[in-house]
Order: sequence, then structure tokens, then C-alpha cells
Amino acid sequence: MAQIKKFLYVNRKAPYGTIYAWESLEVVLIGAAFDQDVMLAFVDDGVYQIVKGADTKGIEMKNFSPTYSALGDYDVKKIYVEKESLEKRGLTVDDLLDLKWEDEDDDWAERDSIHIVSSAEMAAIMDDAEVVLSF
Amino acid sequence: MLHTVNKSPFGNDTLNSCLRMSTDGCAILLIEDGVYGATDGTSISDQVKEAMKTKSVYALKPDVDARGISTKVIDGIELIDYAGFVTLVADQKATQSWL
Repeated sequence: MAQIKKFLYVNRKAPYGTIYAWESLEVVLIGAAFDQDVMLAFVDDGVYQIVKGADTKGIEMKNFSPTYSALGDYDVKKIYVEKESLEKRGLTVDDLLDLKWEDEDDDWAERDSIHIVSSAEMAAIMDDAEVVLSF
Repeated sequence: MLHTVNKSPFGNDTLNSCLRMSTDGCAILLIEDGVYGATDGTSISDQVKEAMKTKSVYALKPDVDARGISTKVIDGIELIDYAGFVTLVADQKATQSWL
């Protein structure tokens, strides 16, 4: 078995206006099949990717918000959101999707995947990564 | 003159430039990622509200709905559909797209 590395996916673009958000999510889901240690970071306009309540009927594009809820099933359970990016945009954690994962060591208890972190904490998370994929 | 803005106000200066270089009485329509400029409580919402005193600000509702921000739109910004977009274009003598 190959060595497990710490993968960090950095998301900095809003959804729908460009293809970056959807491409990132696809790569994360594909990468999740390779049993790596996966972390997701949402900063700048990237925080808009996980705002809840999206309804894309009017723009005739696929609504990929529900796909983020599948991340927990793929063992992607470390999702970090920069607090400063939320505040600049008038958003709080209550505006975000309620993303969970199930802890098999604790009778499948549901745990929050999303962690709101400061810029300094995000800097440390980024510094700790061994492979960084930016979108 | 109708101005359209399709970029998020937080990624670059597009909305800022539009607000700075548009005249009183003009119409400004926020579309695509530009609709984030229509939300309240942000670092630029005060500037948008100031512009609304002399300019008509609209946002395209399908783009607002797609991004889950319909409850956060600044009071006084009119949400319009695609037909309303066409009407705005037809009513104004020219359109400037801030790309």
C-alpha cells in the first residue's frame, strides 16, 4: 500500500459563474477513492460554494449542492472555512450546508464536517499539507 | 445607459469601477456572480446602498436563486427575470458590460 499523504483542496471561486467549483468537487470525489488523507479549504468567494438554499432551475444548470452532502460517505470529513471570508460576505455558519460524517468508532454518531477557522489557523492547515490542489 | 456586472465584487474591482464610472439615473443590472454584490451585510453593501440613491440597481433573480442568497438581497434592489432583462436592454439607449 502506497504511503498516505495529506491532500488539501483549496476552493476560492464562487459556484456557477465559472466551472472551478464543480471541477473541484469532481476531483475531490475521484481522489477520495484513493484512500488519502483529504482536507477541503473554502476561502474568499469559495465560501459561496457551500451556501445552502441553492435553486438552479432558473439558470438551467445542475444544482450540485446536494453532492457536498455525499462527501462524508467518502470519508471526506475535514472541511475548513475561513471565518474572515464569511464575515466579509455577511455570512455565518448558519448560512452553510449542514455537512456531516458518521463516526464508526462511536456507533455511527453524526459529526460536523465543517470547521470555521481563523486566517492563522487556515495558514497552519495549508502549511501542513503535503499535496495542494487549487481551484 | 444600462450597465451589467457579472463578476463577484470580492474577487476584483469590477463592481467598484462600474459604480464609480456610471452616471446618476442609469440602470445597473447584476448578473451571474455579480449578484453577490446585491447581498446585504457585506464589506461593500454600504457602497451599493449609496449608489441606489441616484441609480436603479437590479439583480437577475434566476442567478440570485441559484446561489441561495435570495433572502439576503438588499431592500430596494429589484429582482427581475430574463424577460425583464430584455426590457431593460430595450429601454436603454446602450448597454455597457463590465466584464
